[in-house]
Amino acid sequence: MIKVEGVEKSFDGRKVLKGVSFRVKRGEIFGYLGPNGAGKTTTVRILTGLIKPDSGRVFVRGFDVVKNPVKVRERIGVLPEVANVYPDLTAWQNLMLACGLYGIDKRVAEGRCERLLKEFGIYERRNSKVKTFSKGMKQRLMFCIAMVCEPEIVFLDEPTSGLDVASARMLRRKVLELKDTGVTVFLTSHNMDEVDMLCDRVAIIKDGRIIAEDSPDGIKELVGGDIAVEVRFDRDVDFFGERFGDRYVLYTKDPNETICSIVEFAKERGVRILSINTRTPSLEEAFIKILGGEV
Amino acid sequence: MKVLAIVKKDILIYYSKGPVVIFGILLPIFLFLAFWVGRNLPLNFLMAGLIAMTVFFASTSVSPAIAPWEGQMRTLERLLTYPIDVKTIVLGDVLASTIFGIVLSLVPILIALALNLSMNVILVVGIILSAVCFSSLGLLFSAYPSNIPATVMMISALVRFPLIFVSGIFIPIDQLPPLGQYIALLSPLTYFTDIARFSLGLKPFLPLSIDFTVLTLYTIALLYTSIKLHERALIKRI
Ligand SMILES: Nc1ncnc2c1ncn2[C@@H]1O[C@H](COP(=O)(O)OP(=O)(O)OP(=O)(O)O)[C@@H](O)[C@H]1O
Ligand SMILES: [Mg+2]
Repeated sequence: MIKVEGVEKSFDGRKVLKGVSFRVKRGEIFGYLGPNGAGKTTTVRILTGLIKPDSGRVFVRGFDVVKNPVKVRERIGVLPEVANVYPDLTAWQNLMLACGLYGIDKRVAEGRCERLLKEFGIYERRNSKVKTFSKGMKQRLMFCIAMVCEPEIVFLDEPTSGLDVASARMLRRKVLELKDTGVTVFLTSHNMDEVDMLCDRVAIIKDGRIIAEDSPDGIKELVGGDIAVEVRFDRDVDFFGERFGDRYVLYTKDPNETICSIVEFAKERGVRILSINTRTPSLEEAFIKILGGEV
Repeated sequence: MKVLAIVKKDILIYYSKGPVVIFGILLPIFLFLAFWVGRNLPLNFLMAGLIAMTVFFASTSVSPAIAPWEGQMRTLERLLTYPIDVKTIVLGDVLASTIFGIVLSLVPILIALALNLSMNVILVVGIILSAVCFSSLGLLFSAYPSNIPATVMMISALVRFPLIFVSGIFIPIDQLPPLGQYIALLSPLTYFTDIARFSLGLKPFLPLSIDFTVLTLYTIALLYTSIKLHERALIKRI
């Protein structure tokens, strides 16, 4: 559904994308990860035909995006990272405007808008101006707009950033529902748990280059498959693990030895262990490691 | 049609606002009164000027502000990701602005009718054509990709106000010095003012066929340039 080959893009002489290539298959949820400024939004803008790459080729839905941007956009839904609906229009007017711009017949549009607004829980507020909406409600409306053309692909640029837990969960559920109906999803996010939960495959971009591309589990294995041991003590001690809140985390290939030495340490210092558990490293930890930071 | 969706959006958001409409009507009337006071000019001369000024101001008032405003409010990126091209957006903006110019021109026309002035229907054609022309000019002001509406409005004011003084609205062109006449011929507003004068029973400065031809050429040129410039500028706003 998406084919990107050797895309380069510079802004004011600074290269932001330095030869990016990847493919996204039909019906897949593809996670596109990278630190701030890595070029994720730039990639989304190129894929949706908003900006042109300096070189390289981009195909979406089988069309060359540079040559046929309007054709490509007919059946894609986009949720841009920083974009707004019209604050002075109501939710209903905004959604109907979207239908008009997709060229959807008015009667079809009305039915679809009603269904979407109900599905996303903002139908009751359809006649309120959007400027009275909370961030979560606006984002739901943006989602409705992205769905209104019955897209083959949706591009979601940080869709849940800044949302409360309930709204974020609802949107994640909707993404999974989309997948069930065969829609391809291109997702960028800084929330690794979200990516781990949703994505079939992820690519990690750093400094304008893709440095890893695999399934979430594959990415985790890529970094060596260490086991994380988490331990909590009953008071502050000078422990050698990395500290997260009241927990210490150690990464090891030999959990048995690590746990034994933790127990010895506790006895020696006379502290009590409140809890201890082992787990495989999270996607977040793998991500950090791949990016070259220490875990 | 997608153009109409843009038109509807513009009207709902930008044009159907009380202050915009009232300002669009009052500004020409105040300017007009300021020039009328203490001068002994025939009523049909003045009303033709008022009609020309109203169409001109109305058609160039809001259209330049839309692009910077949408860039600043970040609604533009959302708009550009729909399956529409820049041409559709520009045409929609021009059409909305044209409708606004035509609707506001009804105010001076009704005043003229109330004053028992008779008008030629050719005026209607002139109003429609010039409203398209001035709306395209208005969009040209926002081809400079600044997202600060005040900057764009300043550029537009720098062109709009001088134009009304060189276009024969307050001083008939044949009373201008030769240099003034040359400058007047560069302004599209001159040709519409001339049509309006004719429609209200005055002797036009130029033959009507020239007025209409030049106005049409200006319209095509301004519309084409607006589209071309916005195709480059609009994306710089996101
Ligand atoms: N229109 C532009 N003009 C100049 N530089 C730009 C433009 N758009 C993006 N950049 C630069 O390109 C780089 C990549 O930006 P981009 O927005 O794609 O990053 P991102 O991966 O989406 O980051 P984030 O996680 O913060 O959203 C940044 O350094 C940014 O400053
Ligand atoms: Mg981004």
